Amino acid sequence: MRKILVTLKRVVDYNVRVRVKPDGSGVAIEGLKMSVNPFDEIALEEALRMRERGEAGEILAVTIGGDECQQQLRTGLAMGADRALLVKREGEVEPLAAAGILLEVIRREEPDIVIMGKQAIDDDCNQTGQMLATLWGRPQATFASEVKLNGDTARVTREVDAGLETLEVRLPAVITTDLRLNEPRYIKLPDIMKARRKPLETLAADELGLTAPPALKALSYEPPAQREKGVVVDDVPALIGMLRERGFLS
Amino acid sequence: MSAVLVVAEHDGQTLHTGVARVASCGKAIGADRLDVAVLGEDCGGVAQQAAQIEGVSRVLCLDRSENANPVAAVQAPQLAALAGTGYSHVLGPSTTFGKDLMPRVAALLGVPQVSDIMSVEGERRFKRPIYAGNAVLTVEAPAEHIVVGTARLASWPAAAEGGEADVEQAQTDAELPDHTSWLELKSAESERPDLQSASVVVSGGRALGSSENFSLLYDLADRLGAAVGASRAAVDAGYVSNDMQVGQTGKIIAPELYFAIGISGAIQHLTGIKDAGVIVAINKDPEAPIFEIADIGLVGDLFAIVPEIQAAVEGS
Repeated sequence: MRKILVTLKRVVDYNVRVRVKPDGSGVAIEGLKMSVNPFDEIALEEALRMRERGEAGEILAVTIGGDECQQQLRTGLAMGADRALLVKREGEVEPLAAAGILLEVIRREEPDIVIMGKQAIDDDCNQTGQMLATLWGRPQATFASEVKLNGDTARVTREVDAGLETLEVRLPAVITTDLRLNEPRYIKLPDIMKARRKPLETLAADELGLTAPPALKALSYEPPAQREKGVVVDDVPALIGMLRERGFLS
Repeated sequence: MSAVLVVAEHDGQTLHTGVARVASCGKAIGADRLDVAVLGEDCGGVAQQAAQIEGVSRVLCLDRSENANPVAAVQAPQLAALAGTGYSHVLGPSTTFGKDLMPRVAALLGVPQVSDIMSVEGERRFKRPIYAGNAVLTVEAPAEHIVVGTARLASWPAAAEGGEADVEQAQTDAELPDHTSWLELKSAESERPDLQSASVVVSGGRALGSSENFSLLYDLADRLGAAVGASRAAVDAGYVSNDMQVGQTGKIIAPELYFAIGISGAIQHLTGIKDAGVIVAINKDPEAPIFEIADIGLVGDLFAIVPEIQAAVEGS
């Protein structure tokens, strides 16, 4: 039975608007509501559906970060993952470093499919899945909106700028999720109770014996440029008039 | 001394309009040499189009049957090999093509990637948006390594035409994997301008209520020569196809004129349009966040307002 590895990143909740610290040293996230990256929830949901269709066996949820990330792994276990693994590492973990750590986890766990969110909504990098697939020497199918498994292949429909593209990849492979792949389930209270008894292991990243890859240096943070406040017009003729004034609708 | 390699996106016939924008980003780095790599099969026509971008030094054509369709796992080893022939920077567009491909190139080169470059502050120093554009981060790429990045297209003007670069055939001995097969691309047939390069865009949200009602917007767009876009809510509701989504995880656009019709203006949508010239918002809720960034707002029922605008522009 296929084994699936899903990654879950702890991020500031989708509905919270973050602000840059006044001294430009970072983004103020202390005390904000934290959640599982929404694209990663979609990844886990897809794995659960594969298992429910009898296409997959064990589902392992993995994250990299501090002890606080156990909270997101418990959410994953409550959704239905069988096991969880926290690779402990403090501080920023860039996509290339994350991919290197995940590759070590893959060597130990030997999954058939890795499903990840296409991007995390904090750094918006959209890199880790592709980098992991590359370091692993395996195919990738990014921005998936439909996944069909057949033997040792996956046929994946991808949301691309020009429309919908279909690839067939040999497993093992990395799949990254887009918004329309599925709608993640809600967690019920008994599932939260059950999740407490599921295994959550921790592993220190330092014990993996990896050398840190070259990294970007964050120099400063600033708020985005604001657009000037506009005007509200009363009716369509006023709107048309303003557009003409600005050289549109000649 | 910087030598920049720009990866060309194309569909086999036509060069993507974003390539000239990525070239602008390359010029901002202060490139002494700005080359464009075209990977394809019989891609001479596309290479000629790239040669006309002003400022391009050379176009390198990697013509082979494996490049007939864009598969990141196949293209990346060729680009990484080419990058190793003396380039300081490798840039791609921040489109689904570039987002899929460039991290693979970076990983092969063992370097981090700078995603969504919105400005160049130095040869290795860039600004990029994070948190759906709620913050702008200045990063520095490590010294003595090739810089790999994607350019946020809406932040860069298209480099002018009028160049006459040489087109050369290039070859690499990169080993190509056969674990990925490209099967098909389904594109929504449209005679309308491309969403990412249109100067006017008319977008609709959940308030349109159905895919039939989107015809209101298509009619207006056709009269204005505009492209049609949509909010995530409208795409999720199935009113229109995914390739029309504008926002943080869809397309980031910068038209001269943008109509947000029945779009409340979630931060993720605003991220996709804040570089637009003039934003017009039409919404029945006067408290909708879209009015915070709109240049011209009109509060009311879109089903009454849009036909009235249509009539007004037809009368002009």
